[in-house]
Amino acid sequence: MTLAPETTDLKVQLKLADDWFTVCDLHQLVPGRGVAALLPDGRQVALFRDRRGELYAIDNRDPFGGAAVLSRGLTGTHQGRPFVASPLLKQRFDLRSGQCLDDETVLITTYEVRTA
Amino acid sequence: MTATGANPTIVLVGHGMVGQRFLEALAERGLTATHRVVVLCEEPRPAYDRVALTSYFSGKTPEDLSMTDMEFIKDHGIELYIGDPAETIDREAKKVTARSGLVVDYDVLVLATGSYPFVPPVPNKDAQGCFVYRTIEDLLAIEEYAKTKATTGAVVGGGLLGLEAAGALKGLGVEAHIVEFAPRLMPVQVDEGGGAALLRTIEDMGLSVHTGVGTQEIVVDESGAVTGMKLSDGSELATDMVVFSAGVRPRDQLARDCGLTVGERGGISVDEQCRTVSDPHVFAIGECALAADGRVYGLVAPGYEQAETAAATIAADEAAFTGADLSTKLKLLGVDVASFGDAHGATEDCLDVIYSDSRAGLYKKLVIGRDGTLLGGILVGDAEAYGTLKAFTGSVPPVSPESLVLPAGAGAPAQLGPSALPDEAIICSCNNVTKGTIRGAVTDHQCTTVPEVKKCTKAGTTCGSCVKVLGQLINAELEASGVEVDKGLCGCFSQTREELYEIVLALRINTYQDLLDRYGRENARGGDGCEICKPAVGSIIASLAPTIGASGYVLDGEQAALQDSNDHFLANLQKNGSYSVVPRIPGGEVTPEGLIVIGEIARDFGLYTKITGGQRIDMFGARVEQLPLIWARLVDAGFESGHAYGKALRTVKSCVGQTWCRYGVQDSVRMAIDLELRYRGLRSPHKLKSAVSGCQRECAEAQSKDFGVIATANGWNLYVGGNGGATPRHADLLAQDLSDAELIRLIDRFLMFYIRTADRLERTSTWLERIPGGLDHVRDVVVEDSLGICEELESLMAAHVANYRDEWAETINDPEKLSRFVSFVNAPDTPDPVVGFVPERDQIKPDLPLLSIGMRPTEDVLEGTAQR
Ligand code: SRM
Ligand SMILES: Cc1cc2nc3c(=O)[nH]c(=O)nc-3n(C[C@H](O)[C@H](O)[C@H](O)COP(=O)(O)OP(=O)(O)OC[C@H]3O[C@@H](n4cnc5c(N)ncnc54)[C@H](O)[C@@H]3O)c2cc1C
Ligand code: SF4
Ligand code: FES
Repeated sequence: MTLAPETTDLKVQLKLADDWFTVCDLHQLVPGRGVAALLPDGRQVALFRDRRGELYAIDNRDPFGGAAVLSRGLTGTHQGRPFVASPLLKQRFDLRSGQCLDDETVLITTYEVRTA
Repeated sequence: MTATGANPTIVLVGHGMVGQRFLEALAERGLTATHRVVVLCEEPRPAYDRVALTSYFSGKTPEDLSMTDMEFIKDHGIELYIGDPAETIDREAKKVTARSGLVVDYDVLVLATGSYPFVPPVPNKDAQGCFVYRTIEDLLAIEEYAKTKATTGAVVGGGLLGLEAAGALKGLGVEAHIVEFAPRLMPVQVDEGGGAALLRTIEDMGLSVHTGVGTQEIVVDESGAVTGMKLSDGSELATDMVVFSAGVRPRDQLARDCGLTVGERGGISVDEQCRTVSDPHVFAIGECALAADGRVYGLVAPGYEQAETAAATIAADEAAFTGADLSTKLKLLGVDVASFGDAHGATEDCLDVIYSDSRAGLYKKLVIGRDGTLLGGILVGDAEAYGTLKAFTGSVPPVSPESLVLPAGAGAPAQLGPSALPDEAIICSCNNVTKGTIRGAVTDHQCTTVPEVKKCTKAGTTCGSCVKVLGQLINAELEASGVEVDKGLCGCFSQTREELYEIVLALRINTYQDLLDRYGRENARGGDGCEICKPAVGSIIASLAPTIGASGYVLDGEQAALQDSNDHFLANLQKNGSYSVVPRIPGGEVTPEGLIVIGEIARDFGLYTKITGGQRIDMFGARVEQLPLIWARLVDAGFESGHAYGKALRTVKSCVGQTWCRYGVQDSVRMAIDLELRYRGLRSPHKLKSAVSGCQRECAEAQSKDFGVIATANGWNLYVGGNGGATPRHADLLAQDLSDAELIRLIDRFLMFYIRTADRLERTSTWLERIPGGLDHVRDVVVEDSLGICEELESLMAAHVANYRDEWAETINDPEKLSRFVSFVNAPDTPDPVVGFVPERDQIKPDLPLLSIGMRPTEDVLEGTAQR
């Protein structure tokens, strides 16, 4: 079964300040999994793609454990909200808002992302 | 009466925990909209969680400790001046002047300046190497000094904070001493018996405790650095650093200077509305306030209540702070310590009920009134019952008090559920939430989970000690209202794992999406599933792969997206984002060449090596992009994946057996190798461990394994359902004196039956205890074939064995899969800079990122695991 739609030439881009920063080819994103990207200023972003092809980008650092590993977590949907669960201690983060679903005081940065 | 512009001004001096809660209370009451709010914050950072300060040493960053949402500050138009303390107050002109020269006119002034650590006036108390323990800056200074200049440290004060400080020193690798003037530790909270239990446990941890002695002088060397301490008993303690933790004093200087009344022993005197007794325009809250009941509270919960009271009063609502409960439950250095109510038995005519076992470090005391009322108590070593007992305080408990403190097994321990509590009982004392309010959250607000109830009532959001009781109450309430407790796997599937296994096998469903879209809960179909069902279904598909026509390679197609993070990288994630590598060493037998290869690889990649508890070697500290390079060399030398990352067969340990050992009766090493090679790669509900011993002496510890084999003169005995770990269980004998072939056939059946019927993350031990009929039923099924499924079980295992391929060999030969082993998709050659190491005992260990406070001193940071 093929999961990747026809996407050969599309690029994934992130919005940084007012520019779009090209990260990778769309086909490098496996639906349901993430990858990490390095920004010019040294920050790290975790990029995800869900089964419908929707893209999300959040800060890669796990605010609980400190390591830059959120891109390696498992994704899912909780009450319609797409999330990633940290591979360290499993806290879940809303991929759209960056809100931690298990601790409302924790919010991580999100980025605008598009294909072009 | 407005000072500046249109809106009246509220000035808050001090942005600590209580100050922040006060701001939240202002916002909740709409006062931030009608007032200008100015905050003067002395520390270089906005309010943070001081209670959790010590967790910095277990990896929390200052950022994690922050309690201040800058959005909140911005949204409510609060003017927050960081690093700019108030210096003078002119009450006549109603002006505050800050250090920067900023002058603010106020209509209402709120002082929340907290306390300062008390340092006894001993000679050289300010020497280099002397510290206090109150702020993040203090911690950073202590850490820096401990790492560079100290091997021994002494803490002055054996109270709550002193013990925390001592634990922190120990965690920094410093040999820690505690010097306490009182005859016992934590003199305020616990009595003599409790102190003794605590002392024993703390000394067992390697901390040295000196009670009943005072500090007389700090001894320094020529350069002025600490070298020791003179004690009141004439002795001298050699130490490189001293942390004073001898209590706190209210920070009331600002108030004294402007003529506000302060108590004899300090603290700004306020009335029940938290208004200072001298000036109706000035309030004081938190640790700097001397409350109307004549006490200064050194805990955060009463401070929060004062913050709410002050905000309510400013909003012209009615509120009063008349005093608070001093109950506390703490986990100090891993030891539970709790005290509540009249812990010291000050009430006239009261009686004590005491249970103490100093060998186990347990001490429990209840204080009971003449009429049987529970007045208070102290729990050390086991504070399980704290929540319930505290809530019963002030009433006569429905069972005898003895039964509440006796350990399980002694007499008839009473399981006093929270359902016995009255509705007025306070369940969460930090946030003053009653049982009635929590029940209401479930019945009236449709909350069904702990997080929902936390959000709705605030219960459980501060110290967390009430969360357990909270969970019990919610379930009891749900059950009482006839809500059926859902047994489904997760929010996406209403079936159990066992039911899903049957569906997958019977209908030959070989993708997760297909299963979710056809058999998932209504609202989960078409979605992305969740972190619970994806790996569980991924495991079922992997266990049955050849039979249902799925790929046997766990990174193929959709399967890659289902795997837990570790399986996805075929390695175990460590705390700093690096990975560990464990090659399979069947039966623990390894050649000198094999050892040399592992040694060379570990050396070339700078990995930390350790012999595991499973008779093999673990190499830690590999970056994700190094995994394929390491494995290429391992595969080349004939090694395979050890599946240390998978819910799969781990190791089959062996003893040396008949070949060498004078007692051995069978070749246990050969059998262990055979079994390990047969079941390697088998995905199961949880990990599987095994061992084979060559005789009844059992050197391989087979009876602690999921399936263990012990040699007899006539063949093999098979034991099943053993477990080490947190809840150890000895395995049960399933069959005796088996031949090689009989043994293997029985294990095939046993494992496949377990995989078929167990829950997710259920080891064979818990499974055996749970399934109806237990061991007898399993024996009927797998030995007697009572269900007639043995042929199928055997053929499923045969398919697994025939289709096994090493997944690392497969991965390094697949360029598409290899491209995923990079730190960054857009910079495949750049290693993750967050992954750092520091040296320890001639090897490396992870260095946790200290983001907002910058990197560690560079001289002790190794550059990654570069080839050196
Ligand atoms: C490396 C090792 C410790 C060591 O340095 O010796 C180890 C390390 C871990 N163990 Fe273990 N266990 C290791 C032997 C054991 C043993 C001893 C044994 O196997 O003989 C036990 C008790 C026996 C048992 O399991 O019944 C053991 C009981 C656990 C448990 C508790 C299981 C239980 O049923 O209660 C966990 C937690 C879990 O699996 O949920 C655990 C979990 C872990 C994890 C996976 C925790 C984690 O998620 O990070 C560690 C992974 C380390 C890594 O990254 O490689 N480890 N662990 C040992 C690896 C053995 C091997 O070669 O594969
Ligand atoms: C290590 C540790 C562990 C603890 N554990 C617990 C626990 O388990 N349970 C518990 O209930 N309590 C605990 N406490 C106590 C708890 O932290 C305090 O009760 C709580 O922080 C008091 O809050 P506060 O706002 O009154 O004071 P603080 O949090 O101290 O805040 C006062 C703030 O005011 C600032 N300030 C002072 N003067 C000025 C000025 N002139 N201008 C501007 N700003 C000024 C200070 O710099 C400080 O930031 C612990 C404390 C420590 C240090
Ligand atoms: S279990 Fe028996 S055979 Fe094996 S090493 Fe021990 S004594 Fe020797
Ligand atoms: S008692 Fe502290 S959070 Fe509930």
